[in-house]
Amino acid sequence: MSLRLLPHPLLTPMLAGIWLLLNNSIAPGQILLGTLLGWLIPLFTLRFWPEAIRIRHPWRMLRFFGVVLFDIVTANLVVAMRILGRPENLRPAFIELPLDLHSDLAISLLANTICLTPGTVSAQLSQDRRTLLVHALDAPDPEAVKASIKSRYEAPLKEVFETC
Amino acid sequence: MLSLVIPIAFALVAGAVAMNFWRLLRGPSAPDRILALDTLYVNTIALLVLLGIHLGSALYFEAALLIALMGFVGTVALCKYLLRGDIIE
Amino acid sequence: MLDFLLSFLILAGAVFTFIGSLGLARLRDFYTRLHGPTKATTLGVGCLLIASSLYFSHQGNGVSLHEILITLFLFITAPVSAHLLAKAALHQDLPRVNDRRGHPRD
Repeated sequence: MSLRLLPHPLLTPMLAGIWLLLNNSIAPGQILLGTLLGWLIPLFTLRFWPEAIRIRHPWRMLRFFGVVLFDIVTANLVVAMRILGRPENLRPAFIELPLDLHSDLAISLLANTICLTPGTVSAQLSQDRRTLLVHALDAPDPEAVKASIKSRYEAPLKEVFETC
Repeated sequence: MLSLVIPIAFALVAGAVAMNFWRLLRGPSAPDRILALDTLYVNTIALLVLLGIHLGSALYFEAALLIALMGFVGTVALCKYLLRGDIIE
Repeated sequence: MLDFLLSFLILAGAVFTFIGSLGLARLRDFYTRLHGPTKATTLGVGCLLIASSLYFSHQGNGVSLHEILITLFLFITAPVSAHLLAKAALHQDLPRVNDRRGHPRD
């Protein structure tokens, strides 16, 4: 019953938060309206969200976001240095990354993380969802890039979103 | 100090916009031009935010938000067009 | 103190934005050009937006947090458009420079 009334418990506070940020106010009326919207929109869009999202270890999720945020800043410094250096010295490479993840949400989060962190952009997911093609800006050693992505980003995502 | 920094920031972002235009006009392939356009949107957001700080007005926020939304949708639509030759299937 | 922090954030944001676009103009093939705008420019605009949020919070009229919304939105959408652009480029089979390794299969 509670599932029917509140199909996505995480979506409701998120939508309410976005509403408050859009209005840039925390007046009681806005909070009420935001909560109402956060409750009604998931109900009306239920058929577009067939599967429930389950987060197993919220704290690890937060830790993962912290790591990613830190990496974004360092990645930017690294990429800035590469851009300012001589373009001839770059060693770009395409890397095929075998995936251990299966859920759609985890794969898309991994692809987004790869795009935002050190010198890599995810380019293509293979038809069978087993390998992700990654382009690295400067990779003298593709195996090292692969290993660091797997241990740093894929392992925590697997813990959070899939059975362990 | 702010009054000194803001003109420098304006100059840097304007330089960035100029380079985007260069890539937009020259770009050898269609994805290059789309990438230039996408970067142009993001840099326009930067310019608007700077203008907001410079003039001390929060009015520019809505414009920046709209540009962010429209820019993303435009980039996705153009990429879809290149990938499939069709935007809505 | 706040003045100093604001100046630093604005300058850092502008420099990152500039470097990102410099990468777009300067690097030699599409796949490497893709890196500049997706990373440096996003962080640059993020810095500017945080500066704006701090500035307007300091101005009075309460805390101003709606800039966070644009920052979040950019951080979510930039990888998506980068991914799609890379896909489109692979689809068109754009040439690569200085790169003999890795064979993307279609």
